Formats: sequence, C-alpha cells, structure tokens
Amino acid sequence: MFDRLNVVAASVFVFFFALVTVLGFIAARWKSADLNHITEWGLGGRRFGKWVTWFLLGGDLYTAYTVIAIPAVVYAVGAYGFFAIPYTITIYPFLYLTLPRLWAVSHKHGYLTAGDFVLGRYGDRWLELAVALTGIFATMPYIALQLVGLEKVIGALGISGEGWLQEHAPITIAFVVLALFTYKSGLRAPALIAFVKDAMIYIFIIAAIVIIPYQLGGFGKIFDAARVAFEAKVAAKTVPAAGVTLLPGQIGPYVTLAIGSAMALFMYPHALTGTLAASSGRAIRQNTMMLPAYSLVLGLIALLGVMAIAADIKVKNPQDAVPQLVLWAFPDWFAGFCLAAIALGALVPAAVMSIGAANTFTRNVWKPFIHPQMSSQEESFLAKLVSLIVKIGALMVIFFMPTQFALDLQLLGGVWMVQIFPAMILGLFTRWFSGPALLIGWAVGMVVGTALAWGEKAWVPVHALKWDIPLIGIIDSGLGFAAYNGLTSVLANLVVAFLLSLLIRPSAPDETSPADYEDRVVA
Amino acid sequence: MKLLILLLPCVVALWVPLYNFEPPALFGMPFFYWFQLLMIPVSALAIFIADRIGKA
Repeated sequence: MFDRLNVVAASVFVFFFALVTVLGFIAARWKSADLNHITEWGLGGRRFGKWVTWFLLGGDLYTAYTVIAIPAVVYAVGAYGFFAIPYTITIYPFLYLTLPRLWAVSHKHGYLTAGDFVLGRYGDRWLELAVALTGIFATMPYIALQLVGLEKVIGALGISGEGWLQEHAPITIAFVVLALFTYKSGLRAPALIAFVKDAMIYIFIIAAIVIIPYQLGGFGKIFDAARVAFEAKVAAKTVPAAGVTLLPGQIGPYVTLAIGSAMALFMYPHALTGTLAASSGRAIRQNTMMLPAYSLVLGLIALLGVMAIAADIKVKNPQDAVPQLVLWAFPDWFAGFCLAAIALGALVPAAVMSIGAANTFTRNVWKPFIHPQMSSQEESFLAKLVSLIVKIGALMVIFFMPTQFALDLQLLGGVWMVQIFPAMILGLFTRWFSGPALLIGWAVGMVVGTALAWGEKAWVPVHALKWDIPLIGIIDSGLGFAAYNGLTSVLANLVVAFLLSLLIRPSAPDETSPADYEDRVVA
Repeated sequence: MKLLILLLPCVVALWVPLYNFEPPALFGMPFFYWFQLLMIPVSALAIFIADRIGKA
C-alpha cells in the first residue's frame, strides 16, 4: 500500500490534515451558542461578518473539484476551460443585486433555505418540496465529486492499494473525520477551517505562477508547447476541438455555459447557506467586491493546465494533471503543502454542502410533510443526523458508481439546479408569478434539461439548438449554434411559468411584504 | 446608471469576439487569457463604483 509513498510530502500533508481536524472540533466553541438550535448549528447564528463570510464563501464555492477539473479541461482542450472566467465575472454583479434582498427577507422571517423562502412567498407546499428536492439531488453528486478531488490528491502522494478496502481506506478515514466535526460544530467548523485552507491555496498559487513559468522558460514557450499539442490532438482526432483560442463551434457553448452556470451557482443549498450565514446585507455586498480575488486565483489555477502540457506531463486522466505538475515542479515538502491545500479544499465545501442539504431536508421535507410540530431541538438533531447520512451517501456513490457517472450526474445537477432560478430570483422582486405556474415551469425545465442531456453514450452538457422530435419533425431555432442545456431548459421553464401565470393568478397568501426585502438602515 | 455599470463587465466578459485572438501577448501570454484575467479586477471595481453611486 505504501510502496511508492512520498514520505516527506505525505508527512506535511498529514500534519495539515491533523491541524484542521483539531480546528474543526474547537470550532464548536467559537462565537459560542447553543448548538441544539438549528440556526446556530446550520447557519452559525447568522453572525459571520464580512471577513469570515469571505473566507467561508471562498472556500465553499471554489472547491477542490474545481481546482482539479478546470485546469484538467484546459490541459485537455485549451481555451474552452477558461469559460470559468466569464462565469465567475458574471456572478458577482448579479449577486450584488439579488442576495442582499434574500438575506433581508430571510433574516426577518427566520428562513434557512431556498424552500423556506419559496413557501413564505408563494404559500405553495409543493413548490417548496420541488425546490428542496432539486437542491438535495443536485448536491449529492457534487459532494461525491469533492471525494474524487480528494482521491486524486491522495493518489498523487503515492498511497495506492491493491484491494478494494485498501484503495478506499484513506478517503474513508478523511470523510469520517469530516463527518464527526461537522456533526459536532455545524457551520462553524468549515468557516474556521476555511481560514487555513484559503491561506494555503493563495500561497500555493502565488508560488506556482512565479516558479513554474520560470522553470519552463516563460509563458511564451508554455503557450507554444500547448499550441503544438492541441494541433496534434485535433489532427489525430482524439478530441473534436482544441486550441489556444476558441474555435467557432466552441463560442456558443462557451458563452451559454458561463451564463447558465452563473445562474445555477447560487441556487445550490451550500451557496445559500454560506450567504445567509452573513451578519448583514452589507457584508454580502462587500463580498461581491472581495470574492473576485478567488476568481483570479481560479483563473491562474486554470493556467496550470497549459503549464502541465509544457512540462510534458502525460496522464491518462486529465484530472491527474495538476497533482502531477505540483510533484514535478516543487520539492517534496512544498508539494505536500500544495496537495494538502487542494485536499482541504474538498473538506470545506463537502461540510457546507452536507449542512445545506441537511437544513433543506429538515425544514422543507421532514417538517412540513412528516412532523409539523418539530421543536427547534428536534430540528437541530435531525439536521445533524441527515448531514451524516448525506456524507455516507456520497461515499457510497464513490464506492459503487463509476466516477464518470458521478461526473455526469453533477453536470446534470447544474441543469436541475438552475430550474429553481425563476421561483427564487423573480420572487425577490415580484409576486406577479403564481406558485402553480412556477411549479409547472420547473417540471417542464427538469424534463427538457434532462432530455437534452440524454446522449447515446454519455450525458452531454451542450446541445445544438435544433431538434428532431418524433411525430413533430425537425425544429430548428435558426441560431445555428450549440447551447448549454441548463440555459435552454430554464428559458423553456420561464416561458411556461409566464404563460401559466397569465391564466392562474396567485390565490395563496404571501407572508412577506415589500419592506422585508430592503436592508434595514444600519447605524 | 447603477445597473448599467453592473451590466457592463458581464457583457464584455461574455462578448467572445472581443478577445478571442492571440496577439497582443503580455509576457508571452495570449490576449485571450490576460484580457479575461484583467476583467476580473475590473468587474470588482465596477461593483465598487456602482455601490458608491447607490449610496450617494
């Protein structure tokens, strides 16, 4: 099991892992309060100021999987992987306009989840359930992918096993530790760990962006090597399209993937949990100006993909490119540090995701449909329990499902997640749309999005805007380019919700009033 | 005005023909890459300006 073990790198790695484990348990006493209350356990008591929120959201959104997957795409096909940049640029102006309103109304009415808000706004139980289940099902494969990131890093340290048990032992241990401190400390644990993790990621990337191009003879040589590699790949037809800049056929998917992903991101339970834990709308606004610092880091990390090509790193799975590049470029002790940074990058989002899913299940599935008279203590207990179950579920996904399937599911999860965008975001500004209309729009979007993704061999994220529908014939949008399924399907969702809202006028009560959405004047 | 300032960096970042080419390179990095990276702090600055306008 330890034949190829890199002792120095592994020791540094284990040291940092042990450090955050201790932090995770100490976190229970930080800003101490009664953790048997769900707002305390699952939302840190809404007491995180601008800096804690910055570290928490940065650690929560820019996950280990992202740090592995984005440069993997750049390594494999080049410019296309940079869609992450317009994606992250588009997010923050949008957040600036919307999330402080959601925070204000949630603070006023004690909402913890997207489902809570939807129920309060539209008074529709079934829409609440739809929003909650979408969040839970989209989050599960996302947590599983954090494990994939963790597994890649542990593999790079030289720990590998022959047997099934040995192969999975390291991530099982890591995840059990994670599950225990999340159970005990709730959202405080990832918030405290995020400080360490984010600081480590910044050190890693600053070192990488200076040292590696120096070793490789500058960016000019790096991109020259990449150009040759992509041209060879296209000529050999191993990939349909690759290049240092985008090919004409890639532009449509590039833009629509960026827009669709930006619309989906803050619908996820983990993103909302991190945001609603802020102490004020002002803290969220300030974060929309501060969080782009992480986008810059992500952009630089994406460049590691082309550096790996120039460093002549040959891996069967592109997701191994970054860990291998780190081992190639740095002395063992610093490689261990960098790999630990990526691994901790899996723990923070995995913790927040499981808390977000647990809050959602407790508040929007169990409480309304099974046990309406739950006390706050019972809510907190159930949420803790569900956070454990969710993590075991993610571990099972990794054990028993092919990784490619988890990856496809996560892509599909993004398409599902964006379907709650109309109910959530339109709801922050208007009550013109009615609950039943939004619910039917959601269902249409789910079916269209899933159907578009259905491919012969694998699920595909983009689809030409031209369909051959049995019995109806060929429908061509005339736009002549392919688009991200999430965007196509949410547009269908919006049209249906709009048309049906003309017919079905809202009749259910709205417990919010326009003033609830405005920030209170903070003295 | 505030909305316009917030919208501008998004439109530029999504307008691929504006930056989908290699020269002029910066320290050997093609325009495609450094321009998009540069747009990140520019977008943060735009939000900052919009926020200031909102307060005034």
